[in-house]
Amino acid sequence: MTTQALDHHDHHHDADSMDIFGFWIYIMSDCILFATIFAVYAVLYTNTYGGPGIKELTSLPYVLGETMALLASSFTYGMAMLSLYKNKKSQVMMWLMITFLFGATFVYMEVNEFIHMYLEDHSWQSSAALSAFFTLVGTHGAHVSMGLLWMAVMMIQLMKFGITPAMNRRLTYLGLFWAFLDIVWIFVYTVVYLMGTI
Amino acid sequence: MLEKMLFGDLTLQAIPYNNPIIMGAGAFMAVAVAVVIGALFYFKKWKWLWTEWLTSVDHKKIGVMYVILAFIMLLRGFSDAIMMRAQQAIAVGHSAGYLPPEHYNQIFTAHGVIMIFFMAMPLMFGLLNWVVPLQIGARDVAFPYLNSLSLWLTIVGAALVNISLVVGDFAATGWLAYPPLSELAYSPDVGVDYYIWALQISGVGSLLSGVNFFVTILKMRCPGMTLMRMPIFTWTALCTVILVILAFPVLTVTLGMLSLDRFFGMHFFTTDFGGNAMMYINMIWVWGHPEVYILILPAFGVFSEVVATFSRKKLFGYTTMVWATAVITILSFIVWLHHFFTMGAGPTVNAFFGIATMIIAVPTGVKIFNWLFTMYGGRVQFTTPMLWTIGFMTTFTIGGMTGVMMSVPAIDFQLHNSVFLVAHFHNVIIGGVVFGYLAGLIYWFPKIFGFKLNERLGRYAFWCWIVGFYLAFMPLYALGLMGMTRRLNHYDAATGWHPYLIVAAIGTAVVALGIGFQVLQLMVSLKDRNKNKVAGDAWGSGRTLEWSIPSPPPFYNFAFIPEVHHRDAFWDMKHNNSPEVKRYYQDIHMPRNTGTGFIIAIFAGAFGFAMTWHITWLIFAGLIGIVATAIARTFNTDVDYYVKASEVEQIESQYSHR
Repeated sequence: MTTQALDHHDHHHDADSMDIFGFWIYIMSDCILFATIFAVYAVLYTNTYGGPGIKELTSLPYVLGETMALLASSFTYGMAMLSLYKNKKSQVMMWLMITFLFGATFVYMEVNEFIHMYLEDHSWQSSAALSAFFTLVGTHGAHVSMGLLWMAVMMIQLMKFGITPAMNRRLTYLGLFWAFLDIVWIFVYTVVYLMGTI
Repeated sequence: MLEKMLFGDLTLQAIPYNNPIIMGAGAFMAVAVAVVIGALFYFKKWKWLWTEWLTSVDHKKIGVMYVILAFIMLLRGFSDAIMMRAQQAIAVGHSAGYLPPEHYNQIFTAHGVIMIFFMAMPLMFGLLNWVVPLQIGARDVAFPYLNSLSLWLTIVGAALVNISLVVGDFAATGWLAYPPLSELAYSPDVGVDYYIWALQISGVGSLLSGVNFFVTILKMRCPGMTLMRMPIFTWTALCTVILVILAFPVLTVTLGMLSLDRFFGMHFFTTDFGGNAMMYINMIWVWGHPEVYILILPAFGVFSEVVATFSRKKLFGYTTMVWATAVITILSFIVWLHHFFTMGAGPTVNAFFGIATMIIAVPTGVKIFNWLFTMYGGRVQFTTPMLWTIGFMTTFTIGGMTGVMMSVPAIDFQLHNSVFLVAHFHNVIIGGVVFGYLAGLIYWFPKIFGFKLNERLGRYAFWCWIVGFYLAFMPLYALGLMGMTRRLNHYDAATGWHPYLIVAAIGTAVVALGIGFQVLQLMVSLKDRNKNKVAGDAWGSGRTLEWSIPSPPPFYNFAFIPEVHHRDAFWDMKHNNSPEVKRYYQDIHMPRNTGTGFIIAIFAGAFGFAMTWHITWLIFAGLIGIVATAIARTFNTDVDYYVKASEVEQIESQYSHR
């Protein structure tokens, strides 16, 4: 291949794959962040300082409902991406809104669980185990909330810009992020709520 | 009430009026800042500053700003060192010295934090910014706007540390802020909060830089440059950023949990309610040990380039060099416990970490021999970068051997927290990282600025540094074996330590002379810059692609993206005259400058300051500012442009007529 021909497509064509690769690497570093918090949780979850264990404070069926909302949101986000590939703007909007609602339901239920525990005098200050619990679950919840804010911005931009290459790329990032949060939640659900309960 | 709402815990009492040392340093900083601002007004340079520097996304300029930050912080960190050495030279027996303990504790904490986070790290990223895109034949990094954001987050972190000098105080906990001392119960002041937020903000910058360079190196190499044809400096940069990506999230979590303890009353590391302080120490070193290699690997890369260039030979054992670097990268994650063998994890655990630590000496030894064999039979030119390299090889080997000594747990139990340890890590950090980065700065300075640094003053600086280093730190080995522990503010005359500490203080003075020569060198070289202009191949024996383009390079670096067929691509081009191909200039795609990174960093700084002083409104203002600025940027579609082929041709012809 001549240098000229190489010069010609040194950008644009590869730019998307490079950007998405970069975002993927960022997600991997976020993965390390969660792994560290999981490790801390594993060390501390028995340090309840005489208080009840985390299993006694949480309701498995309630959290299962939360989980279903988040899993459903990943499915609907997938539908949004399929509509995006078919270039159907209004369908993308619809699926994003549905995804947003499922995501918001998840966050609402989580905050509700936190408030409930707080009001029963089991706050993050009660013991190291609860500090770890609130931090692990809360960090995931904060990520989901940021994802929701991001999704809202995407909806506005979709209306403003329509389906452009940049929008395509950004929705791909958000899709990766959203799927990642789903996977992390599977681990949270397993490690925090399921293990030892069943 | 209103005051509390507006300023949180911040009151006028936070300014230590009665401390002449702090006030003097503060006044000095204020004067320096005032002079700069005054000059900007006088020469009407504000617009220039904004458009050419603050908003720049050019990796070469960002590199220059990192280096400037590093040098200012070197002066600050070194002042702390002088103060400590002076205190220990005086404070024996009946004399209490001139620094009260609470001030002394802040000084050794600030010294460590500044030297590692705000001197070494910026210098490392400065060199990466200068060199990596040029070595791989790229026109910029993968994410130029993120690059600018990383820079400004680092600068804001450094600014927070320096603000703490005058407003409130800094942590008095040692540079890693071990709990329970760093918990609210034992450090109720704002010092630890300054520490946490300075490191969190600059840490995010480092992580983003890590991602940026990882993608740049893997995705933006020019055609033909396979991984095994990359220059060694780029290889070490790659391994370093892998470590950054893997290690910095751990630091973020660790410091995050410490701040949750302090801010929200959680119990991760407290002494009661089930907290576990040793977990912090494990976590901080899971980041901290790789951090050591984050700093040293690029220095190894510099030496590899310098040795080959000035021996006029290809690097001996390229493949083994790459593998040695990769092995060190992996091993760096399984040795963290050697920082606290005394935790009492038991003989099996200690043996594992001890042996893993010793194994690191093997790939490092491979490197040393590769450099020696590169010099062997070469026509070695003793330029200043080469002097630093040879100084490194002897000094670092001594530091490495004392490290292997301490990797034996039984010996470590004797030496733990003694000044033997202090001598060891200064021996490898100064002898390795600092010597390496200085060699790199001198080596690539002409590439970035287009003129050479004065060699004679450079040699003076080198000799002062190396003699000063040995004077300052060899006595510390002896003192450590005599039982002197680190961080002492005062000691008894009967210990017999005094003479050694006087020698160490003299050594520091000699290093100070070296730094003085470096400042002088910079000034003289600036004055004589028109006399010392260099061509593209500044040293005449460059081997890698950065030397194939003009010095300083045009903002787009390469008018034509080069094509590589061998290692040492430029050497290959020079010596195997490839047939001239008639090439036509093309439009070049470039990113537009943006102030977004700068603005986000300012909001981040405001947020960090507000978290330190519990100023609620400013916490939210900072957070909202960060998010809103980042979102606003995504609505801007005019983020890049094309440099027209005719303009490229014009710029290139100017270069060829110089």
